[in-house]
Amino acid sequence: MIIDDSLRKFGDYVLLMKRVFTRPDRWREFFKRYIAEIYKLGIDSIPIVITISVFIGAVIAIQMQKNVVSPLIPAYAVGLATRDVILLEFSSSILCLILAGKVGSNIASEIGTMRVTEQIDALEIMGVNSANLLILPKITAMVSFIPVLVVFSMASGITGGYLIAQFTDIISVSKYIYGLQSFFVEYYIWQAIFKALFFAFVISSVASYYGYKVKGGALEVGQASTDSVVVSSVIVLLLDVVLTQILF
Amino acid sequence: MITVNNVYKYFDGKEILHDVSAKFYSGKTNLIIGQSGSGKTVLMKCIVGLLQPDKGQVCYDGRDVTAMSQPQIKALRNEIGMLFQGSALFDSETVLGNVMFPLRMFTHDSYAACKKRAEFCLERVNLKGVNDLYPSEISGGMQKRVAIARAIALNPKYLFCDEPNSGLDPKTSILIDELLSDITREYNMTTIINTHDMNSVIGIGENIVFINKGHREWVGNKNKIFTSSNAALNDFVFATRLFKEVKGYMIEEYRKQEAAEEQHQADAQPSDSSHR
Repeated sequence: MIIDDSLRKFGDYVLLMKRVFTRPDRWREFFKRYIAEIYKLGIDSIPIVITISVFIGAVIAIQMQKNVVSPLIPAYAVGLATRDVILLEFSSSILCLILAGKVGSNIASEIGTMRVTEQIDALEIMGVNSANLLILPKITAMVSFIPVLVVFSMASGITGGYLIAQFTDIISVSKYIYGLQSFFVEYYIWQAIFKALFFAFVISSVASYYGYKVKGGALEVGQASTDSVVVSSVIVLLLDVVLTQILF
Repeated sequence: MITVNNVYKYFDGKEILHDVSAKFYSGKTNLIIGQSGSGKTVLMKCIVGLLQPDKGQVCYDGRDVTAMSQPQIKALRNEIGMLFQGSALFDSETVLGNVMFPLRMFTHDSYAACKKRAEFCLERVNLKGVNDLYPSEISGGMQKRVAIARAIALNPKYLFCDEPNSGLDPKTSILIDELLSDITREYNMTTIINTHDMNSVIGIGENIVFINKGHREWVGNKNKIFTSSNAALNDFVFATRLFKEVKGYMIEEYRKQEAAEEQHQADAQPSDSSHR
């Protein structure tokens, strides 16, 4: 039953994506919406990305210092571990899980409300490809802006650790910075950005699917929003395992 | 003219429409009436193309929609305007933006030309000074008028209205009805209105199709509805005491008119024969 339902939903999702990835009726309208989505989904997310990243960076630095205590491990390892955790996992996977909640619910509820208030029917009656008009700008905006969010998250996370070094006596600033610079692998940054591109596509497209397929009223819109967050989070986690294995 | 020929529609094996045939004329306000759950919305959605009939044909001036390819349907939809029950205005666009939307999407006109046309349509529905407001900032009646302005922006040949008076006070309902009737004549559109508002039926029903339990039960106009002997129609239209009294009064009026006409003919006949 669950497999049947999942397969049916996957088929539905593929058919919707086929309608989404067609040539826009009007490029001017597409770019107008693309810019609006960049602002709404991307720029609007910067404050929460920075806030969470700073605190997580700080917490990682504290945890590393408190839990990885050994005379064999140099003190600068706190900076190194903080950097690697932030670069390898937090700024791509965990950040995208957070965005699945913020951006995913926003997309699903917006499109779902348009569905239940017949705005999507109005577009279809006019002869507009509603899936393309509404969803394509969201997916392209999310995918194209995610590298910016990832980089912001990396910088903020590392800064969080730095603030701990600066304002507490857990580790000295110089050792933290030395740790940050030690054994640096540039590829980690590209790997995080590459993974985030996939996650951004999953978050925006799955949320759009759940919103677009809503039937009923306000209650169903809320349910679709919750479902989209749960499903996209699970897919992000599964994809994380696969991509991490492939990319290393 | 839109013709519906022997349309059937099923949902999960349940028959919603049974062998429905009807004609909807251009330049006239055509009404589809029926109780809630009778299948009138499904019929309208089949006509508009939001639902595909399981059997039967829907023809727009001889063009069979059920046999059209997707690009042909898309082209046809540029000739259609629709007013939804809840107005279905785009929340993220201003009033002017809503009316300009179809013009932006389907014409190559400049921004200034689109704006001029949108402003003309808004004036036509008697709306002024609300261009920069958002749909949530205007009343339900105004939203309906904005939706009408948006529907007529591209000069459609066919206008569909799904319960245009729902949620409106009687006075605003009459204004919307009159507006729809005037626009229909002015642009010679084929207008189909889905309603269960009896004021609309009696006020603007030039061609009325009554749907009952998925069947086309009766066809006529606002005058014939008073003298119809169809029990289901009478039960539906004259359900309230007020409308029963109105019916009695109207029948009395028709009888008086008929008697006067017969008297007039009888008076005229002897003088005709005297000429011979």
